Amino acid sequence: MTARRSWWKTLIGVALTGIMLFPLYWMINVSLTQPTDLRRDPPNLFPVNPTFDGYTTVISEQLPYLATSLLVGLGTVALTLVLSAPAAFALAKLRPVGGTAVNFLLLIAQMIPGIIMAMGFYLIFNSWGLLDSIPGLILADSTLAVPFGVLIFTAFMTGIPDELLSAAKIDGAGAWRSFRSIVLPISRNSVVTVSLFTFLWAWSDFLFASTLNRGGDLQPITIGIYKYIGNNTQDWNAIMATAVVASIPAAVLLVVAQRYVAAGVTAGAVKD
Amino acid sequence: MSATQVARKKGTPALTARGRSGGAAFDDAVPSGRRMRARQHRRAQLTAWAFVAPVVVYLVVFYAYPLYRNLDLSFRDYTLRSFIDGTADFVWFDNYATVLGSATFAPALINTAVFTGVSILFQFSIGLALAVFFFRNFPLAATLRALFLVPWLLPLLVSASVWAWMLNSESGIINAAIEALGGPQVNWLTSPEWAMASVLIANIWIGIPFNLVILYSGLQGIPNDVYEAASLDGANGWQTFWRVTLPLLRPVSAITILLGLVYTLKVFDIIWIMTKGGPVNASTTLSIWSYRLGFGGQSPDLSPAAAVGNLLIILAFVFGLIYIRAQRRLVNS
Repeated sequence: MTARRSWWKTLIGVALTGIMLFPLYWMINVSLTQPTDLRRDPPNLFPVNPTFDGYTTVISEQLPYLATSLLVGLGTVALTLVLSAPAAFALAKLRPVGGTAVNFLLLIAQMIPGIIMAMGFYLIFNSWGLLDSIPGLILADSTLAVPFGVLIFTAFMTGIPDELLSAAKIDGAGAWRSFRSIVLPISRNSVVTVSLFTFLWAWSDFLFASTLNRGGDLQPITIGIYKYIGNNTQDWNAIMATAVVASIPAAVLLVVAQRYVAAGVTAGAVKD
Repeated sequence: MSATQVARKKGTPALTARGRSGGAAFDDAVPSGRRMRARQHRRAQLTAWAFVAPVVVYLVVFYAYPLYRNLDLSFRDYTLRSFIDGTADFVWFDNYATVLGSATFAPALINTAVFTGVSILFQFSIGLALAVFFFRNFPLAATLRALFLVPWLLPLLVSASVWAWMLNSESGIINAAIEALGGPQVNWLTSPEWAMASVLIANIWIGIPFNLVILYSGLQGIPNDVYEAASLDGANGWQTFWRVTLPLLRPVSAITILLGLVYTLKVFDIIWIMTKGGPVNASTTLSIWSYRLGFGGQSPDLSPAAAVGNLLIILAFVFGLIYIRAQRRLVNS
């Protein structure tokens, strides 16, 4: 009886998930559709007579964009980790005077709308000569992640027992040594969570890319897709193929690190 | 037991509040004389600040300074010439007057309110319904819940372009479905009546996973015996939801909604990709308006754009402060 009832629920669950993920299916379907069939009414529900031309186009035209996004993503992860992990260690364990104020400022910083940051950065980078450059994008994108990083690390490091650190201190380890050799290895999970989200945000960024890197030689993949949409609205199978490729990091992330993802979503929201 | 496990055991993540288990590993050495203790204290503070200083400098240079430049910009008349010689006349509140007097102001403000309100209403109620549904354990529940996260992880640009194509008037699958059921062709993205609905659909779709995950974690925090008591008292499923689940979920709900407000006010990518705020101003929000003034046209109108942005930031901070208060209350309860 109960077993049969819960299978019904599974069925409903599968149906709901199917509805939710339909746009993704559609993206893949269109990416495989022959350009001549794109304007068919009604459209083909399945990729009958599939073509990989869209993907060939991606590889021939979008590789530099993908490489730029990869570089920007990795750079942003590195910068975010270097800034947020040590600060979080101090905020969690070293009780700096004014630590509460720093926490509060980080919380506020997350709420500033991106368009405002973009305009400020535009002026600043204009005078620093960082417009249209990869370091400029890394700096701008890191503002999406640093407050989140500090909050996640602080929340985790607060839970590390003080006895562990006292023991290290008795053994003669300074604060930096304790951080490097004890706190950081224990916080491995948080490092993974922060890195994954940071990479994803930097990879997905469109606002900073479209304001701070409007004419550069090295533009990220979001701009690559955007240009496609603007230039040749007919070629939707190439656009969708690029979209599929741009979604790969998200897919990988979900498969490889599912538990970190859920942890990141909740921690970012509920922890202070 | 490793430290990781110890940390994990500390109850639900929502309740591991900082400050409760205060850590002071580096200033609790054996005290020997008040002066020495004071010196040790000072050294400990120096060490602590050495760790925090980079982030503080970062906050000043990459948050406060852009904000200041933006504020300064909104009080000046920044023109193309200003880019070259770096000077711009100080014009007091002229830009704000221009913006407030503009024909776009009223629609942009109303659209921002509608977009935010309707998005949150649907994201929250659908997210809650799904959270309650997935909370009843059934085979595959965890896997399906994980799959629900995918839309939230996709680059917004990808989601927006997929929806734009699905809502295409002639070749979109949505219109094909409507026409198959005997309905008329709807000009989703190109008619003033439907443009807002289109961007709302896409935005709600993107926001559901976030609401689902947070509310689900909130459900996990409700002790099981409350449900047992309710069932002993003969409450049916519906009564249990309204009288037990919903009231106990109130603190988490408040945070989900307020965070949703702060996020939704910022939304830019989805609307820009799908409609560019059009047709005319049908889906123009404050974010879109600001971007269009600053970066959308041939000649950048950065100063009015900054003024619009600063109006937006006031809204964001109001909701942000309410959020912080609600969260403090949750942590302290």
